[in-house]
Amino acid sequence: MGHSTCSHTKLTLNFLQSSSWIAGFFLFLITFLVSFTTNIEASSVRPPANAITNALPEKSTSQAKQKTPGGFVPGKTLGNRSQTDLWRVMRRNIKGTVSIPDKKAGVLIQSAGDSWMKFRNNDLYKYSSWTILGMIGTLLLYYLLRGTIRIERGMSNVTIQRFSKFERTGHWLNAGAFIILAITGLNMLYGRYLLKPLLGDELFATIAGTGKYLHDFVAFAFVIGIVWIFIAWVRDNLFSKDDIGWIAKAGGLLSKGSHPPSRKFNFGEKIVFWITILGGVAISITGLALLLPFQIQLLPGELGIHNMQFAQTWHTIIGIIMIVVVLAHIYLGTIGMEGSFQNMKTGQADRNWALEQHSLWLEEVEKSEEKQGTTDARQPAE
Amino acid sequence: MARMKFLCDAERCIECNACVTACKNENEVPWGINRRRVVTINDGKPGERSISVACMHCSDAPCMAVCPVDCFYQTDDGVVLHSKDLCIGCGYCFYACPFGAPQFPQASNFGSRGKMDKCTFCAGGPEDDNSAAEFQKYGRNRLAEGKLPLCAEMCATKALLAGDGDKVADTYRERVVSRGFGSGAWGWGRAYPGQSGGR
Repeated sequence: MGHSTCSHTKLTLNFLQSSSWIAGFFLFLITFLVSFTTNIEASSVRPPANAITNALPEKSTSQAKQKTPGGFVPGKTLGNRSQTDLWRVMRRNIKGTVSIPDKKAGVLIQSAGDSWMKFRNNDLYKYSSWTILGMIGTLLLYYLLRGTIRIERGMSNVTIQRFSKFERTGHWLNAGAFIILAITGLNMLYGRYLLKPLLGDELFATIAGTGKYLHDFVAFAFVIGIVWIFIAWVRDNLFSKDDIGWIAKAGGLLSKGSHPPSRKFNFGEKIVFWITILGGVAISITGLALLLPFQIQLLPGELGIHNMQFAQTWHTIIGIIMIVVVLAHIYLGTIGMEGSFQNMKTGQADRNWALEQHSLWLEEVEKSEEKQGTTDARQPAE
Repeated sequence: MARMKFLCDAERCIECNACVTACKNENEVPWGINRRRVVTINDGKPGERSISVACMHCSDAPCMAVCPVDCFYQTDDGVVLHSKDLCIGCGYCFYACPFGAPQFPQASNFGSRGKMDKCTFCAGGPEDDNSAAEFQKYGRNRLAEGKLPLCAEMCATKALLAGDGDKVADTYRERVVSRGFGSGAWGWGRAYPGQSGGR
């Protein structure tokens, strides 16, 4: 029938071309009527009897009664589906369909948000407070009991190069970025309770907003710093059997005059290094997942909101661990030990300090310097 | 004082998306954000149900609890609103919200989510009622005009109800009684735990 309509249209066009518009009009009328009747015939919404459809074959009523589908509500009720079953699965992240572009919005109710909130607001808040305060308390107590660890032989005023400019630049890039990230990060967890009552809503929100942007962008400096110090120091931070002696004497931290020998880095410094590197990598990946929402898959399965919650949770946990470790690192690098800060400030270590803290390294350096010295001595003669 | 609540009657919702459109139009919601959406469960299968969902304005709202700058507040009507001036766009409310209500404009540049946007129960924000600034940030303040949210007002099948929680519950109760089967007031168990009526 569609075929005949088509040929009529062609004829109509021919008549239009010969400008015989009256005949054309009649032909148009005929075409219109033909197509109209065609439409009436085709206008039934039912498929033709021989059409292939995906409709289920109709069951006889006796069959339907024998096999009641799951959730059938017996008795004279108007519904035939169990409401409870439907609403129960709602709480299990079932995904429906939505006609808006964001298909993730098909999740009606995500109960994982409750767990995330409870962890962040209760457990994380509580335990990270205790951990940070515990570390500060321990360091304070240690300082009161032990005081600054002095160089027993006193300053020799002879210095040895411990860190090159390359090493120091990497360290301070990483350290500077870390301090900014740590402060702005802690503000996200504690600012609302500690700073907001002091500063007021507006000022605090401005500071927190600036802090968030700082956190987002300084993060890249931190990532560069992590790669930098890894390249600079990974060889000196591989664990060796010299570390056993250091562990046995607890690094000499607990007794005066105890100085277990170590190379360029002692066991404690190696631990700080590896926590910084491994933690740094983990915090960078989770941080990137937070920066680029729904772009980086951390968990198997569908890339949904649980990925973001997972990233946020571990980003914070790792951050707190790193802050606690770095607090101890800063303590020993500054007021905790005489002569340690100048290592990273100028790159020069006092010889007596090196003799007590890194005796094996001092030996190595002096041996190679002796060799260097002989060559140096020859140089001016030329 | 009335406690404002939404209720979507899943037995009546026909997934026409008029509520979504009405909301977008009335509040001039930015591109990419849907303050209200219609989710269809078991689409095309027996037992298909559609539910229109937006911010449920919870009694003990998770978004309020997790916000690092505390930019949320709850009105005397129980409507959960927020200040876009204070919001820093961290996304925490979005992680916590069970209903997926808080949304962020399409990230304009790297690391920036912009200010959070969500359903206001057509009640605007902290600015002066019906001021230009309020409309620009939060959309229409119909509550201040003595009207109810447009999504529910124009729902053709009256599936979506909004207003005083007691009255909404009464209407729904009548429906359940006349239907003679299940309730299924979507989201009420989570949003208003342990409260059959009142607040």
